Amino acid sequence: MVKYIIKRLLLLIPVLLGVATIVFLIMRVFLTDPSQTILGKSASDEQRLEWRQKQGLEEPLHKQYFIFLQDFVKGNLGKSYATNASVVTEIFSRFPATIELAISGIVLALIFGVSLGIISAIKRNSIFDSLGMTIALVGVSVPIFWLGVLFIIVFSNSFIPSVGRIDVLLKPTNITGFYLLDSLLCGKLDSFFDALKHLILPSCALAMYSMAVIARMTRSSMLETLSQDYVRTARAKGLPEKKVIFFHALRNALIPIVTVVGLQFGSLLAGAVLTESIFSWPGIGKYTVECIQNSDIPVVQGMVLILATIFVFVNLAVDIIYAFLDPRIKFSKRGC
Amino acid sequence: MSETKTLNEKIVVNSRYNKIWQSFKSSKTALISLFIVLAFFAVSIFGSFFLPYDPNLTEQNISNPQRPSETHWFGTDEQGRDIFSRVVDGTKVSILVGVMSVAFSLFFGTILGAISGYYGGKVDIIIMRIMDIMFAIPSILLSVCLMMVLGTGIDKAIVAIGLVAIPQYARIVRGNVLAEKENDYVKAAKIIGSSDIVIIFKNILPNILSSIIVKSTLGISTAILDVAALGFLGLGVKPPQSEWGTMLSESRKFVTQAPHTMIFPGAAISITVLVFNLLGDKLRDALDPKFFN
Repeated sequence: MVKYIIKRLLLLIPVLLGVATIVFLIMRVFLTDPSQTILGKSASDEQRLEWRQKQGLEEPLHKQYFIFLQDFVKGNLGKSYATNASVVTEIFSRFPATIELAISGIVLALIFGVSLGIISAIKRNSIFDSLGMTIALVGVSVPIFWLGVLFIIVFSNSFIPSVGRIDVLLKPTNITGFYLLDSLLCGKLDSFFDALKHLILPSCALAMYSMAVIARMTRSSMLETLSQDYVRTARAKGLPEKKVIFFHALRNALIPIVTVVGLQFGSLLAGAVLTESIFSWPGIGKYTVECIQNSDIPVVQGMVLILATIFVFVNLAVDIIYAFLDPRIKFSKRGC
Repeated sequence: MSETKTLNEKIVVNSRYNKIWQSFKSSKTALISLFIVLAFFAVSIFGSFFLPYDPNLTEQNISNPQRPSETHWFGTDEQGRDIFSRVVDGTKVSILVGVMSVAFSLFFGTILGAISGYYGGKVDIIIMRIMDIMFAIPSILLSVCLMMVLGTGIDKAIVAIGLVAIPQYARIVRGNVLAEKENDYVKAAKIIGSSDIVIIFKNILPNILSSIIVKSTLGISTAILDVAALGFLGLGVKPPQSEWGTMLSESRKFVTQAPHTMIFPGAAISITVLVFNLLGDKLRDALDPKFFN
């Protein structure tokens, strides 16, 4: 197992270098002069040249590429054009907000997705099944940003807030950056509930798509395991139906679901780009959109690199969990 | 002799497509989704000729969006442009980008996947590693980067969305080619001296067409979502061209004040994506090889 993990970790190196190369190609080679957007049209040619020299854009390309890779390996992703602060600090200071949102999203998606999938599978071809699968179909079809907008319209006059992360007055002391955790650590229950209230709409909007994907996957996976011989044996043994479903069928049906959940967590982080800006959630997504609008290229490219790195590691974790859950993977050489 | 052979072949092919069509036809939902998809194509081609207003016509004395009324069915935006006309006009962009970007990724994905699966070895490793790398970057962010570099426009959106989706098609084609190439008919074709290109494109590809068709149909819906997302981020088409995502982004400041400016374009995106998803699902059901057993 350790050998497998080490091998997989080593394989990540070329992938990550490849990601860096693609980002470099897009952002440095194909991009026309960014100084125009940053300095404005009124800037003189000399000012522009000076700015370009300062940013290291006047060096020959191969040298730029080398420096870029060197910095990437060291974890230095450059400085924001707008604030001149380090991209890594800028991004990581906003990261807890996004992680908090993404985790709530995946938890919601998992709870509702798996339940919906199980109900649809057990009550196959019933009204519950068609209802569940219609919800899932709508879930994969409605754009996340429009769903957010609908939530804001519907809940605009209710007690559920649709803007921001917490009431300014209730902000807990910054310990971990996760407001839910911080407010509990400080013992401020009112902050905790306020933060929770602010989480409702954005996390529901974010969860919708993943929930739908998980529901569909759970349904088909459950249907497959329910038709297996061992399920029939369990039933023949006279086990109660609940036990058959939850202990025999679901346990095996969960294996492909784990993969989907892992992949969904990656896409949730990317989906945050769209969700956050709608709910003014102060995470990396909202920040990315602002940087896209201001052509702050180092930040956007840094974001791509960081998210791709996370995505790759999440996938690795999923594969490892998968191997743990499914003993057949390790013993597949015996042939069955 | 040869005539009987072609006749037999024709019968086999016909009966196969017949079976698929029969299975597809037996589902009402499948027929309805096919009908609506065709209707969307019709609207995207002919819709512009039947608009009640010029989609870009602004009204001078208006500073706030107008509510839906008899004259403006979906209301107007803050510049007085008719939202109904803009939604209908926007169909063109979404369908065009959806279809063309899938065609783009399908073309390159099929070639790369087929080469990778058929030849195997080093070529396979190199191509698939590059695909893995592209897969590692969240697709919406990669499209965003490409759009930042390329600038706005329909053609650029097609390239940005299509390019990012290539690995998905390459993977599916590769997997299918790998499975198919072990079959006797491929070996037979090799023995009679067919060239690799003929074997790949004339012998193998028709056999894996079903999974490609399903993937492409579902791909169109993803592409329509992507172009709307790009538009929403302000990276879509060139203004004043009406595009659903861009319309949503332009009306954001009126979300509570004039919700209709956001409801109609968003509903248009959702319905379009939904019917393409539905059609894809039903096609998959109909083309499912398990059906033939």
